Amino acid sequence: MKKKRYFSRGVMFLVCAAFAVMFLLPTVLTITNSFMSEAEIKSNYGMIFSTTTGGYVSKTVNLKFIPDKVTLSQYVTGLIKSPEYLLKFWNSLILVVPIVLFQVLVACVAAYSFTRWRGKLRSGIFFFYVILMLMPYQVTLVPNYLVSDWLGIINTRWSIILPGVFAPFSVFLLTKFMRRIPYSLIESAKVDGAGEWQIFTRICLPQCRSAIYSIAILVFIDYWNMVEQPLILLQDADQQPLSVFLSQVNAGEIGLAFAMATIYMVPSLLLFLHGEEYLVEGIANSGSVKG
Amino acid sequence: MKKNAIRRREHCRDFARSLCFLSPSLLGVGVFFIIPFGVVVYYSLIDGVSTHNYVALENFRKLFQNSAFLLAARNTLSFSALAVPLAVTLSIVLALMLEARIPLKSQFRTFFLSPMMVPVASVVLIWQVLFNFNGTINEFMQVFGWKRIDWLQSDYSQIVVTLLFLWKNLGYNMILFMAGLANIPRELLEVADVEGASEWYKFFAIKLRYLSPTLLFVTILSLINSFKVFREVYLLTGNYPYEKLYMLQHFMNNTFKSLDYQKLSAAAVVMAVVMVVLIALLFRVEDWFGKDVEG
Repeated sequence: MKKKRYFSRGVMFLVCAAFAVMFLLPTVLTITNSFMSEAEIKSNYGMIFSTTTGGYVSKTVNLKFIPDKVTLSQYVTGLIKSPEYLLKFWNSLILVVPIVLFQVLVACVAAYSFTRWRGKLRSGIFFFYVILMLMPYQVTLVPNYLVSDWLGIINTRWSIILPGVFAPFSVFLLTKFMRRIPYSLIESAKVDGAGEWQIFTRICLPQCRSAIYSIAILVFIDYWNMVEQPLILLQDADQQPLSVFLSQVNAGEIGLAFAMATIYMVPSLLLFLHGEEYLVEGIANSGSVKG
Repeated sequence: MKKNAIRRREHCRDFARSLCFLSPSLLGVGVFFIIPFGVVVYYSLIDGVSTHNYVALENFRKLFQNSAFLLAARNTLSFSALAVPLAVTLSIVLALMLEARIPLKSQFRTFFLSPMMVPVASVVLIWQVLFNFNGTINEFMQVFGWKRIDWLQSDYSQIVVTLLFLWKNLGYNMILFMAGLANIPRELLEVADVEGASEWYKFFAIKLRYLSPTLLFVTILSLINSFKVFREVYLLTGNYPYEKLYMLQHFMNNTFKSLDYQKLSAAAVVMAVVMVVLIALLFRVEDWFGKDVEG
């Protein structure tokens, strides 16, 4: 009996290990490849991204983990010689940071309202938020486009930032967190003469600090990765974020693309390493659309 | 009498306060989602933005005769039918394995979750290297004497995209299931152990039942994410993918370019209706399946 259990645990460990390798491989490869020189990249992947630029092109493809010679040349090119990439990185930041900040801010206030007061009307509105949250882009992009058109903000960053600020996701998640604050805490503050605003800022917000952090991470990842909205709402190539731009890299600049792809994952990876526990907490609590 | 009046006034004041707190969000949602969606519904029922003639379901009839829309809808549905069940079952398996006492558990969790943090745009190059006609997978297959396949330009292309989809989403789903598993009352499982229940029985009779709200959520979430797979396809193949990879979002993008509001609105309304029906259906199934474990 005991032997059997050890055996099954061993099998599970091996399966997990196999999955882990598959999950890590693409990320690790992207990072290690970014330290190769352009010549090495060409000789490895020449067949795939072949262009008419000539030079030595190998017949086969070598997927390589470790560069022959570690070089930062791709980073130097990307960051110093061609400012294009830095500009796109900046575009990403300038879109995502305001969305995260203001979405969370708006959500805090709205979630407080959903937590503090109940009633038929409010639970109806909350249910509507849930439905809205579950709608795919194909549904929400057309309304977004129409409004942006009316407001005359198409082709500007506002057309992405404004709908992003009011996206219902963080309202939904934060409400779930806030409903866990013991009601007695709020009641006793009220007895002591605290106004609603004081209850909100002094009691609710401090209790939700880690929840707010985890929601901010989730929202950040979501928008850092966006492709659909900028493709439709930003026709101007200069304003496109790096996520869209990376897919349009010239075939001759694959090495550079690896380096920029690595830089692009730095902010979210840092957030991940720093806040994995919060992130897990946040995801775990989004787990049910009911109640 | 007087008491009642005070209570009513108190009630009114509470209502006003709650509205104060809700108003920024409600205003934004109203302006950016609800009102324009009303207009979208209206647009789907008229013949043109300048003429405003009511045409009933004419736009929808045209939409369902549009070959591009039909192709996109068929591809999106077949992709979802492949990817969603896989995403749900594989993430349950991962969660169950991490729940068993295996070494390096927390490291595994980090590893499985890591793709979520990596922007798709960053790793698409690797997928191209792997699945190109001259790519690594084909090299590998040649060793065994199999024929090369041009993965992204063939009927297998959906499988390649499914792999990318699973890679990206399994970790998130797994965390949801792990949270669900942690909520199962321990005593119940202990009793089952004492009674000599098999692992299979414990899984199907106890765990799965308690997981049903999570199961519902993960299914809905994966469904939505499978509609978003355009992102992966676009980053892999650009605006003009192989026929099998032409997704609903491609159709929307192309229609945006021609600014055909009627077609766009009709498509958005159809999608919204399909989503609401699917979600309602899933809710029903969950109600029926998990009815005796609620609470």
